[in-house]
Amino acid sequence: MKNFLLIAYLDLKESIRAKWFLIYSLVFGGMIALFFLAGVTESQVMGFSGLSRLLLIYIQVTIVILPIFILITTVRSISGDRDSHILEYMLSFPISLWQYYWGKLLGRFITVFLPVVMAMIIAVIFGVAKGASVPWSILFLYTGLVFAMSAAFLGIAFFISSLVKSSEVALGLSFFIWIVLLAFIDIVLISLMLQERFSEELIIFISLLNPMEIFRVAAISLFDPELTVMGPVAYYILDHFPQKVFVAISILYPTFLGAFFAFLGYLVFKRKDLV
Amino acid sequence: MIQIKNVTKKFGSHVSLDNVSCEMYEGDSIALMGANGAGKTTLVRTIMGYYHPNSGEVSVYGKSPLKQRTEVLEEISFVPQLPPPIKLSVDELLEYIVKSSGVEREKIADFASQMKLDISKNMKKSFFKLSGGMKQKLLIAISLAKRSSIIIYDEPTANLDPKAREDFYRLLKQNEHGKTLLFVTHRLEEVKDLINRQIYMDLGKIVSDERVEY
Repeated sequence: MKNFLLIAYLDLKESIRAKWFLIYSLVFGGMIALFFLAGVTESQVMGFSGLSRLLLIYIQVTIVILPIFILITTVRSISGDRDSHILEYMLSFPISLWQYYWGKLLGRFITVFLPVVMAMIIAVIFGVAKGASVPWSILFLYTGLVFAMSAAFLGIAFFISSLVKSSEVALGLSFFIWIVLLAFIDIVLISLMLQERFSEELIIFISLLNPMEIFRVAAISLFDPELTVMGPVAYYILDHFPQKVFVAISILYPTFLGAFFAFLGYLVFKRKDLV
Repeated sequence: MIQIKNVTKKFGSHVSLDNVSCEMYEGDSIALMGANGAGKTTLVRTIMGYYHPNSGEVSVYGKSPLKQRTEVLEEISFVPQLPPPIKLSVDELLEYIVKSSGVEREKIADFASQMKLDISKNMKKSFFKLSGGMKQKLLIAISLAKRSSIIIYDEPTANLDPKAREDFYRLLKQNEHGKTLLFVTHRLEEVKDLINRQIYMDLGKIVSDERVEY
């Protein structure tokens, strides 16, 4: 346990100093600042105004950029160390593979999760200072969703990182996964529906397997419980799951998916040659 | 004691270690030699549990480096040929080593100063920003401070100037008693005062293994 926390702590310190972390934090913090400057909190769309409106836009952007940020910044954590022979030296000390792998994962999780949540908290503080009321339910749900999303893509990134030997391949593979998941949010599914080769129910089921899609629908469901903006798809989803159950699934499923891939990555890391 | 029994390691169709068997005892100071691609580094990495052999087994004091890696690595100090570009600061790297291996920080500083390296001035610097010689000296100081019963050096003096090499060999001579020393080297001249055994490898096999006295 001592070594596990030591690895997490050192990885966290190393990441916080890295340039990518600075850019990562600036992107999410800057986004919030930009929304305030643009007067998003004063605007009103579909009955949403103030902080709720700001958080809604924030989460919509986060859906797209958070996965790729997590993938490109963490996919090299094992493969990059392997490439540069850092792994060879660091693992020449009596550290178990379990401690090293899971310690690194915990360190990276904190690094990718905190800036996104901190940006939301800063938004709330600014909003309150400007006299807006705090949309607690949205804030808690979004924190849960960001947690689940971070877990899902971190697990996938660590799996890729353990699987491939070169960090370039790892990076390429992570881009491919992101593009596929992004395409399956709309483009590919719409074309499948247009061609009517698959039943609508199957297509919707496939789309809900995508953590980015389930994240998006859950985010919408909080301000639009009937999912009216989604059209007929809403009937399928709400016929199968009550809104609260759907929200719970949208947090639990990506978390499980991330844990599953992270564990798979650990098995690969343990059973393959380390260097 | 290191026992290597009929170890074969392949990478695709390339056989890197071909049914290698060997034993290394306490007090052995071994120069492991051979041309590039002979299998020296693969053998070292197999001893340290980095590689899973296709067949055969390795044990260090009766323990498997794959199944009991932490217990085995408590017995081993290792210095690679080229210091890796670790991004931790020197202070953080030492914290990692002190906490994971129970090495005393003062001992590292002491060995480093005997190699003319004052680590107190470089604590906040990233390890990879130190000069090649400073990095190598620090890794050597760590390996000596760890007080392991097996020391493995893969071309440890590649980055050192002649004076630093002299310091290194002097320190090693003072601290080698009762240990197993394994040098992967191309420069026999440099280590011949330290070694009592020479192993030559070629095409993944041990082609000669003899006791020597210079």
